[in-house]
Amino acid sequence: MNSDLFRFASPQAFFPVAGKLIPWFSVLAGVLALAGLYIAFFVAPTDATQGEAYRIIFIHVPAAWMSMFLYLVMAGWAATGLAMNTRLSGMMASALAPTGAMFTFVALWTGALWGKPTWGTYWVWDARLTSELILLFLYLGFIALKNAIPDPARADQAGAILALVGAVNVPIIYFSVQWWNTLHQGSSINLMAAPTMAATMLAGMLVMALAAWMYSIAVTLARLRSIILERERDAGWVRLQRAAA
Amino acid sequence: MRGFSLIVRRDLRLALRRRGDVLNVLVFFVLVASLFPLGVGPEAELLRSMAAGVVWVGALLAAVVSLPRLFSADYADGTLEQMLIAPLPLAAVVLAKIAAHWLYTGLPLALIAPLIGLQYGLPADALAVLLAALLLGTPVLSLLGAAGAALTLGVRGAGALIGLLLLPLYVPVLVFGAGAVTASLAGMNASAQLSLLGALLAVSSLVGPWAACAALRVALD
Amino acid sequence: MSAFFAMGGYGFYIWGSYGVAALCIFLEVFFLRSSKKKS
Repeated sequence: MNSDLFRFASPQAFFPVAGKLIPWFSVLAGVLALAGLYIAFFVAPTDATQGEAYRIIFIHVPAAWMSMFLYLVMAGWAATGLAMNTRLSGMMASALAPTGAMFTFVALWTGALWGKPTWGTYWVWDARLTSELILLFLYLGFIALKNAIPDPARADQAGAILALVGAVNVPIIYFSVQWWNTLHQGSSINLMAAPTMAATMLAGMLVMALAAWMYSIAVTLARLRSIILERERDAGWVRLQRAAA
Repeated sequence: MRGFSLIVRRDLRLALRRRGDVLNVLVFFVLVASLFPLGVGPEAELLRSMAAGVVWVGALLAAVVSLPRLFSADYADGTLEQMLIAPLPLAAVVLAKIAAHWLYTGLPLALIAPLIGLQYGLPADALAVLLAALLLGTPVLSLLGAAGAALTLGVRGAGALIGLLLLPLYVPVLVFGAGAVTASLAGMNASAQLSLLGALLAVSSLVGPWAACAALRVALD
Repeated sequence: MSAFFAMGGYGFYIWGSYGVAALCIFLEVFFLRSSKKKS
């Protein structure tokens, strides 16, 4: 039974499976996003201190959560590829990186736009935003390194080492930035704290986070298929597929 | 142990032969530190508050500039492959090269930095903290830097890429290193920051060489 | 309806946030589709 699952470690075997999964996750993402947005704009009440501006939280926090979660998943797949020498794991890591970087950018952008009405300025060096910025650089470094190495096997392995070093450092970086921020901001920590969490607000954030997660799976699987076709383009089954299309 | 010290001395000898390269890095450091006042104005209070950050950012940039050469020369003439199959464990080879790198980059930089601190108007006790922090922090730059150098070995555009890879990872060193001096300027004890730098040194002495060895094996396959 | 878009005066920030997020998602899917057609 277990050996059956390992069959899907082959790019050729997983390719059609990914294709079948994508529509399901896309639909889930769409439905959850609609539900989440409905809660965000029509169910969640107006905040006492921040007014309507706090509604950005329903996109900012899920994006930030996904940016961090995807980095860990990416590092996990990279480590798997390094340990078990499976090509598909490295391809999965490559497939995850652009989506992770996208969510990081969205977290930064929405964070800035949330900061302007609440703090008066677009960019603030608060601990979380600054850590997000560094996370974006970690993603970009991973993508750049993979793109710079022509041999795909070597690129996967080098990327995996970098992702693991990054993953180990992310908590250290976050801690150091938070330390730096509290030192310089004094007692006004947690300036971007969410308003005291009404149940509806939490629900909205969770639903949007789930939507983002389903979306990430769908998009990553689609990108993975692209990568498989590109990397395995000399394989017989790919040639057959191209000829049939 | 003999093999270790052999490689340290070899790398130092090679660095001394290419004295220009080594001095370039140090001059770069001093130059970067000299540019900031030209950019922000000579007001003493401003410069004093900036000093810690400027010196540390300069140290980070100087490290990034010096690192591509750590493995590239040996890679080009096949010595690195010999080191891989030699009886001395690769980790020892890498640690020896890192130690030498610190001796010809980090250590001189740490020793010059108080002079720059003086230019920026830092008082004596802040200068002492700066020196201590740099002595603790520059080895971290070499340890993690070796991993960056190994990952980008033989890659086109390695110089720019190595900065992109390493600078995010250097952030904790920067934060605690500069924080130590800032604390001292404010009249506070910098022991917390220095201890944190020590902790970073401990962590990076495990992570850096591991990653560098793994990356070298990948590059030399 | 216009009150909804105004969002208590914060409309620019809210729609600027959700709009850019939607744009990023649209671009990501768009680029994936176009690379799929190319292969």
